[in-house]
Amino acid sequence: MRTFSSFAIVLSAAVLLAACSSTKLDDKNAPVESRATTGTTDGADPRAVNTVNAGSDPLNDPQGILSKRSVYFDYDSYSVKEEFRSVVEAHAKYLNSHKDRKVIIQGNTDDRGGTEYNLALGQKRAEAVRKALVLLGVSDAQVEAVSFGKEKPKALGSDEAAWAENRRADIAYQ
Amino acid sequence: MTMRMMKNSRTLPLGFRRLTGIALTVAGIAMAPASHAELRFEISGVGASQIPVAIASFPGEEGAPQQITNIIRADLTRSGVFKLIDNSDSLSDSSAINYNDWKGRGANALAVGSVQRLADGRFDVRYRLFDTIKASQLSALSFGSQPQLIRLTAHKIADDIYEKLTGIPGIFSTRIAYVTRSGKEYRLEVADADGEGVQVALRSNEPIISPAWSPDGGKVAYVSFEAKKPVIYIQNLVTRQRTLVANFKGSNSAPAWAPDGSRLAVALTRDGLTQVYIINADGSGLRRLTNTAGIDTEPRFSPDGNYIYFTSDRSGGPQIYKVSPNGGEAQRVTFGGSYNISPRISPDGKTLAFISRREGKFQLYALDLTNGQEQRLSDTVKDESPSFSPNGKYIMYATESGRRGSLAIVSTDGRIKQRLTTQVGDVREPTWGPFMK
Repeated sequence: MRTFSSFAIVLSAAVLLAACSSTKLDDKNAPVESRATTGTTDGADPRAVNTVNAGSDPLNDPQGILSKRSVYFDYDSYSVKEEFRSVVEAHAKYLNSHKDRKVIIQGNTDDRGGTEYNLALGQKRAEAVRKALVLLGVSDAQVEAVSFGKEKPKALGSDEAAWAENRRADIAYQ
Repeated sequence: MTMRMMKNSRTLPLGFRRLTGIALTVAGIAMAPASHAELRFEISGVGASQIPVAIASFPGEEGAPQQITNIIRADLTRSGVFKLIDNSDSLSDSSAINYNDWKGRGANALAVGSVQRLADGRFDVRYRLFDTIKASQLSALSFGSQPQLIRLTAHKIADDIYEKLTGIPGIFSTRIAYVTRSGKEYRLEVADADGEGVQVALRSNEPIISPAWSPDGGKVAYVSFEAKKPVIYIQNLVTRQRTLVANFKGSNSAPAWAPDGSRLAVALTRDGLTQVYIINADGSGLRRLTNTAGIDTEPRFSPDGNYIYFTSDRSGGPQIYKVSPNGGEAQRVTFGGSYNISPRISPDGKTLAFISRREGKFQLYALDLTNGQEQRLSDTVKDESPSFSPNGKYIMYATESGRRGSLAIVSTDGRIKQRLTTQVGDVREPTWGPFMK
C-alpha cells in the first residue's frame, strides 16, 4: 500500500513537471497569435515572465522539501514515521531523475548504551531510510547506509530533547 | 618519597584517583596509618588478604631518570594485594639481610637492590627478593636498562615480586590503549598499565572506537571515522604502518583478534543490518559467520579460539550468544536482564565480563561460566567497554565521572577499585594489552 501511494505521488509530480514544460512552449508561440482583448478570458496573465535558471538545482532551494535532510525516529524505533514519508519520497524522486547523484544515509542514536551496539542501532535507522529509497526506485548504487552510532551527537546533553534530536538519520549528498 | 610521587602524578596526563570516600575509609582501616599518603590517589579497596612486604630503597637509584622503588611501591600498592611495610632503609643486593629484624617489623618479604650507571649510558639494575619467614631468597634479577626504559624495568621488578608472592603473573609492565577526546581532536593513546608514559598512536578529527590489541602486542586494530564512515584499520605501533582491513559498503566495526593473530572477527553491514564476519588480518578471505535478519555484533574469540561470543538481538533485546568460528547453531549465554552487551572472556576462559542495563543503569557484570553465578562489579552507572588484564585478575572499563569519560579498574572479585581520569576531555574505549617479552 505504502509503495503504491508513493508511486502515485511520484507520478502526479511527473505530470506537473510535464505541464510546466508545455506552458513554456506555448509562451514561445504566444506572439504569433493575435487577440483583440488584453488579458485572457481564463484570467491568466499572458505577459507574466517567470525566470528559469539554467542549471539550477532544486536540491539547493532552501525553501524546497529537498532542503529537509533529516528523518527522526521514536525511542527504540527503527521505522520511518509517516510524517517523514514526503521527505523520503522527494529525495527518491530527485535521485531517480539525477542518476549521477549519490547519497549516504547516516544513522545516529542517543548516547545511552554501548558504543558498538548503538552503532548497530544507528545502522538500523540508516537502513530503514535506504530501503525506503530503494523501494521508491532509487538504484542501489546511488545510496549507502552507514552509522555514526552515538559518536557524533548533534545535540549534547542528557535530556529527552537532546536524545530525540540524536535519534536521527541524515541524508547526505556526495 | 610520598612527596615525589604526588608531584609526579600531577605532571603526568593520567593519574589514579580514588573511587569513593567510603571505599577509602575501608582501605584506611585495613592499612597502617603510615600508609595514608599512598591511599590519597590510588586505591579504593583491598584484597581479601594482603601480603606484608617491605621495599628498601635501592642505593644509587637517585641517579636514574626515575626512582625505581617509588614505581615498584606504587605498583604493589595499587594491586591491592600487598601491605607495604614503611621503612627508610637503603639496602643493596649485596647487603646482609637481618631476617628476624624484618620479620619483627611485620614484613613477610623484603626486596632490595642497586642501581649503577654504566659507561655506555645504561643503568645496571639489580634486585633480590627474600622470604623473611623462611630466611631464604625467592628471586634475583639484573637488568641493563636504557635510561628511557627505567620505568619498564621498575614495572618488571614489581611483576616479579607479584608473581613470586602470589603465584600469578604481574601486569605492571603491560600497556593499555584508549581513546581520548579533547575539543575536536580524537587520539588513540598507549600508556603503561599505571596510566603513565603516554604515547599517541593516532590523531584524528573524527571519532575512533573499539581499539583491540593484537595478541603479540605490536599492533592495534580499531575503527576510524576519518572517511566519514566506520572503517577498520590495523596499525603497527612501531612502524606506524596502517593496513585497511575492512572498508565495505556500509559500516565496518568491532574488530576482534583470533588468538593466533592471523584473522579477525568483525561486524559489517555490507549485506544489510550488522552481522558478524571473519576476515584475514590483511583484509582478504572474507566469510560471513552469522545469518539473522537483526543485529549480530561485538564478536570476541574465546582464548582457546573454539568460540566466538557476540551480542545479538535475535530474542528481542540484546543478549550474549556464542557460536563456533566455523559457524553452526549459536547458543545463548546471558539470561539475566533484558539488555546485555559487550562480551569479554577472561584469559582462562571461565569468566564472561559484560555490560548489563538494569533499572536504567549500565553496569559491569561478571558471569562465572562454570556455575552460572553472576556478580555486579561496578557502582558506576554508565559503564562500557570492559577489558581483562592479561593475568585475568582485573577488568578495566570506561565509565563517566562528572559528565566526563574516565577509566576504572576493578579486580575480578570486585574488592579493589581504581579510577583513571585525564585532566582535560574524555577518555574511553580502553583495551588492555597482552603480556610482552
